[in-house]
Amino acid sequence: MQTTHPGPSREPISLSFPRIIPRPKSEYGIWSWISTVDHKRIGTLYAVTSFFWFLVGGIEALLMRVQLSQADSTLIDPEMFNQLFTMHGTTMVFLVVMPLSAAFFNWLIPLQIGARDVAFPRLNALSFWIFLFGSLFLNFSWLIGDAPNGGWFGYAPNSHVAFNPTNGMNFWVIGLNILGVASIAAGLNFIVTILNMRAPGMSLTKMPVFTWMTFVTSVLIVLALPVLTVALIQLQVDRLYGTHFYNTAAGGDPVLWQHVFWLFGHPEVYILILPAMGIVSEILPVFSRKPLFGYSFLVFAGVAIGFMGWFVWSHHMFTVGLGPAANSAFAISTMAIAIPTGIKIFNWIGTMWGGSIRFSTAMLFAISFIAMFTIGGLSGVMHASVPSDAQQQDTYFVVAHFHYVLFGGAIMAIFGGIYFWWPKTTGYMLSEKLGIINWLIMLIGFNLQFAPQHWLGLDGMPRRIFTYAENMGWENTNMIASAGGFLMAFSVLLFMINVVYSARKRVPAGDDPWDGRTLEWSISSPPPHYNFEKIPNVEHRDDFWFTKHPELIAEYYHDEHSGELTAPSGAQFDDDVAEEEDEHSEEHHGDDEHGHGGIHLPDMSYYPIILAAGLTIVGAGLMTAVPVIVIGTIVLLWGLLGWSFEPVNDPVPDSH
Amino acid sequence: MAAATGTYEIKNEHGEVINTSTGLSNKKLLMWSFLGSDVMFFGSFIATYLVYRNRSLVGPYPADILDIPITSVSTFVLLMSSLAMVLALSYIQQGRQKMGTFWIFSVVVLGAIFLLFQVYEFNHFGQVGLTPRTNLFGTTFFILTGLHGAHVTLGVLWLIFLGFGSIKGSLRADNAIDLEIAGLYWHFVDIVWIVIFTVIYLISARDVGPPG
Ligand code: HEM
Ligand SMILES: [Cu+2]
Repeated sequence: MQTTHPGPSREPISLSFPRIIPRPKSEYGIWSWISTVDHKRIGTLYAVTSFFWFLVGGIEALLMRVQLSQADSTLIDPEMFNQLFTMHGTTMVFLVVMPLSAAFFNWLIPLQIGARDVAFPRLNALSFWIFLFGSLFLNFSWLIGDAPNGGWFGYAPNSHVAFNPTNGMNFWVIGLNILGVASIAAGLNFIVTILNMRAPGMSLTKMPVFTWMTFVTSVLIVLALPVLTVALIQLQVDRLYGTHFYNTAAGGDPVLWQHVFWLFGHPEVYILILPAMGIVSEILPVFSRKPLFGYSFLVFAGVAIGFMGWFVWSHHMFTVGLGPAANSAFAISTMAIAIPTGIKIFNWIGTMWGGSIRFSTAMLFAISFIAMFTIGGLSGVMHASVPSDAQQQDTYFVVAHFHYVLFGGAIMAIFGGIYFWWPKTTGYMLSEKLGIINWLIMLIGFNLQFAPQHWLGLDGMPRRIFTYAENMGWENTNMIASAGGFLMAFSVLLFMINVVYSARKRVPAGDDPWDGRTLEWSISSPPPHYNFEKIPNVEHRDDFWFTKHPELIAEYYHDEHSGELTAPSGAQFDDDVAEEEDEHSEEHHGDDEHGHGGIHLPDMSYYPIILAAGLTIVGAGLMTAVPVIVIGTIVLLWGLLGWSFEPVNDPVPDSH
Repeated sequence: MAAATGTYEIKNEHGEVINTSTGLSNKKLLMWSFLGSDVMFFGSFIATYLVYRNRSLVGPYPADILDIPITSVSTFVLLMSSLAMVLALSYIQQGRQKMGTFWIFSVVVLGAIFLLFQVYEFNHFGQVGLTPRTNLFGTTFFILTGLHGAHVTLGVLWLIFLGFGSIKGSLRADNAIDLEIAGLYWHFVDIVWIVIFTVIYLISARDVGPPG
């Protein structure tokens, strides 16, 4: 790296930090994964880890469903039930949907914007390792039989020592704080990557919608997670050091916790759904064989959702007694946010309208996303109305609502995304036959489980109860829901069978199995280490598709331009610069990119995992003993100093 | 940093030409985004402080304990450190290593003086009976100012690191960006203090117990 573009000449610097373990060089074996800084490998690590937690969270859910399938069941005691629903919710939000989305960010963003990696590859690795250790830390609580039991929302003072003296909620506050660091670091990384690493010509208005939604999500992560961090620190110092933030005996206010938590919590639900919206926005046009309908509206609606999501949090507090003024304001803002959501739904339908649709597995998942998400959105608007929410709050109606948006929405879209991009990431196809059965059973199971919960909720069945009396008349409905739950589990099993089966058959995918539109389909499957041999030059939205079908440019692109909402002048400016730049880059690409010896990628590094381990040990020390904190700090400093002194690339004895 | 793509050519911290889409360096964008994140962090703690104003059930209350003149002095010291920071960056950018080094360490010293004031204040409050466990004022005051102090400490350590870099010659005009982003962080922490000083010391200095 140093040798190719010599800047002002400077001698090498003597500062260094002793290497205890030699820097790994081999591209194979366990060390190459531990010290990888390649966004594709990190994406795979995220995917595998969070799929594992998906199974764990699913087992927790099934246990609850078994308990609830009959009245007065005594299989699971109330304390255990509390731990199960707390860990189920926490796991699915923080260890499944967020990191599965991160797996997609990692794999796709550099490919979609025509870059060779993210802006900060080592920081990216750090995010993953912190996530891994944080998730293990949180779940370690199961092993000592003391899992968190205060709900994924951790309502204080119920989660305070006075009412909850065991260690469970300590695992929760510290574990989530560790995970928060990982999310914020990843969010920062993707903001910079998307803003700064786009291929020449790819102005903001030419970015794929998935990239756009990743950007909005990253901004939300970076702004919302600190708010959770604050709530957690407050609860943590209360629990561990006896301060009074939520100690009601000293005047601490339970409503403050709800405000702080939901100020984070509502943006968080958009952090969970926006990537899913991005995924379906990529799948639908490909299988409808026409460009996305109303790109600008779709993007703008996504940004609007990300913005308005900050002003609705008190709809989680309608029964707290904030008074009519506050309740009305938040009811209005909550109803208003349904508008951009609706715009998106119309755009997706418009994309399919008049297209020649191929019903692949990915497409079927994407279509069910639209349907299920719409149902969830409608129940959402129902409890945006304060009087009806008074009936619905803390009942199974809300459980039905958020599972329609989170499972029917986020998870369905993610499965669609897996079927869609699997060939790109592995080089071979997943079986479509098994895939369609997988989809069908998941859809049926999901609706069996969650549709009846609307009725249960309106009939008054409270959420978070471990059992109910026989004479309530809730047994049949609950039995059906439990059956649906097992059907869903079966569909996940089918998915895993499909993965194994397809890995054995290895039907080669080719570079572009679906007639894709975005840049990732222009390179080989799986992509080479360096992604793009030559950085592409982007002229149109869906550039790759128009390269394949130049005859369609006039038909589609022309209309788009005249009807453009987003300032075309800005885009124009970017284009001009891109053209000038093009000549330059031809030149020096020409010199230094013969073969891929000239492509600069950062070397591997083991400091990210060391830093992450140090951080987690410090977290564990907060709960146990000061010496552990000291050890953790030493490890952390080792990682930090080693990292600061380590050059991105070791100097190579060079031939230039 | 990964091989950059993008439209504008800029020089990175090793003096190599790289391309970015905005013309800003990745590091600078990273720092700005992080500061946005930190705004939410301090914002939430400051909001908590304001919510709990006048709600402590027992004393000492702010009026019993806050000493505005002393804290004004430490605030002034922190403000001056920002001035030193500006000078340090300017000298390093001009390639005047010695002056740059001098001003970097001036920032370090001023920051350390601010921290000493804070240690003194915390100790003093402890002696007259205000700890984080005393009442809501103690809890919110110590955690908010303590976390701010932690930010300052981090900044001081970072600047010491850069100061030695400047002596050794690894921090120079062509990678002054490294000092520039440390400076962004430093100015930000300084601004946060001005807000904290206003909210805690100026606005609520006369607060006594809960009304009525
Ligand atoms: C049209 C858009 C939406 C509206 C109007 C809406 C409205 C609401 C309201 C009013 C509540 C509070 C219900 C109560 O506790 O009584 C709620 C709860 C919830 N919503 Fe939504 N929502 C929408 C979309 C979403 C999306 C997209 C997600 C996630 C991807 C989501 C996830 C949740 C969750 C997790 C809860 C329950 C939190 C808890 O109490 O544990 N919602 N929603
Ligand atoms: Cu909400």
